[in-house]
Amino acid sequence: MLKVYDIDVQSRLLLGTARYPSPSILAEAVRRSKTEIVTVSLRRETSGGKSGGAFFELIRDLGVRVLPNTAGCHSVKEAVLTAKMARDVFRTDWIKLEVIGHHDTLQPDVFGLVEAARILTGEGFKVFPYTTDDLVVAERLLEAGCRVLMPWCAPIGSAMGPVNPTALKSFRAHFPDVPLIVDAGIGRPSHAAEVMERGYDAVLLNTAVAGAGDPAAMAEAFALAIAAGRLAHKAVPLEPRDMAVPSTPVIGKAVFS
Amino acid sequence: MTLIINGEEQDVAAETLADLLLALDYEGEWLATAVNGELVHREDRAAFPLGAFDRIEILSPMQGG
Repeated sequence: MLKVYDIDVQSRLLLGTARYPSPSILAEAVRRSKTEIVTVSLRRETSGGKSGGAFFELIRDLGVRVLPNTAGCHSVKEAVLTAKMARDVFRTDWIKLEVIGHHDTLQPDVFGLVEAARILTGEGFKVFPYTTDDLVVAERLLEAGCRVLMPWCAPIGSAMGPVNPTALKSFRAHFPDVPLIVDAGIGRPSHAAEVMERGYDAVLLNTAVAGAGDPAAMAEAFALAIAAGRLAHKAVPLEPRDMAVPSTPVIGKAVFS
Repeated sequence: MTLIINGEEQDVAAETLADLLLALDYEGEWLATAVNGELVHREDRAAFPLGAFDRIEILSPMQGG
């Protein structure tokens, strides 16, 4: 069971709610993923509150825990205000903190991220920071009061999968007791299984599911891969070797010449 | 009175933030509001006075990753 900020959840898949072909497909993907946590956002309302209201009710009906984000925020001030507004709407102290530093790669502004995290934890938020795999930044986030870390494995929406497995391995080794959720860059269930095998605690996905030909089926495929990866990690997988090792014992082998 | 509402100038007759939401047909427990960069809780909107060229943000839930 995964524990984040004193909340126990069975599913190790956190699912984004954006870019699905329709609300009903989103709902079906959430159901088949068996996720207990979905990410949501806030945007300017232009139609008298009607469009946001429909989405709000859809999410409420799914019966899952909500993790609002600060996606699209490029400054500490924007991110902090968005977090406060999200808390006012969703009635949760949880916030997926994004402070974007680069338009093309959507790489986090890690300096702003740490500053915003410190402000928000001081105001009672439980911060889930979207960060890089930089160990020093991660240390600063923990010092700022974060109790979960969410390193990327590749740029948001890129579907590349883990581009720096060595960094992910090091990150896990440096923070053995911190819940680590790989956020961003996962493209396929095999990528999710890979990071789970490496000991990550959970995976946060969106585009890889929403952009699939059959999002609901892909959501289930990810759930299975994440469960398999977790089981494999607990079973302690072999490390790769440079040389062949015979799997069949050679002792007692007949000699025919 | 001229206000900047979600980034656009509008002339609206409203003395408070609650008046403004009513005048523009914004309604729902899912709305979040801020004035001049500061959050205004829903329960404080009725007593929150507006001034000319105040910058008002009205946000609502949407899909996110």
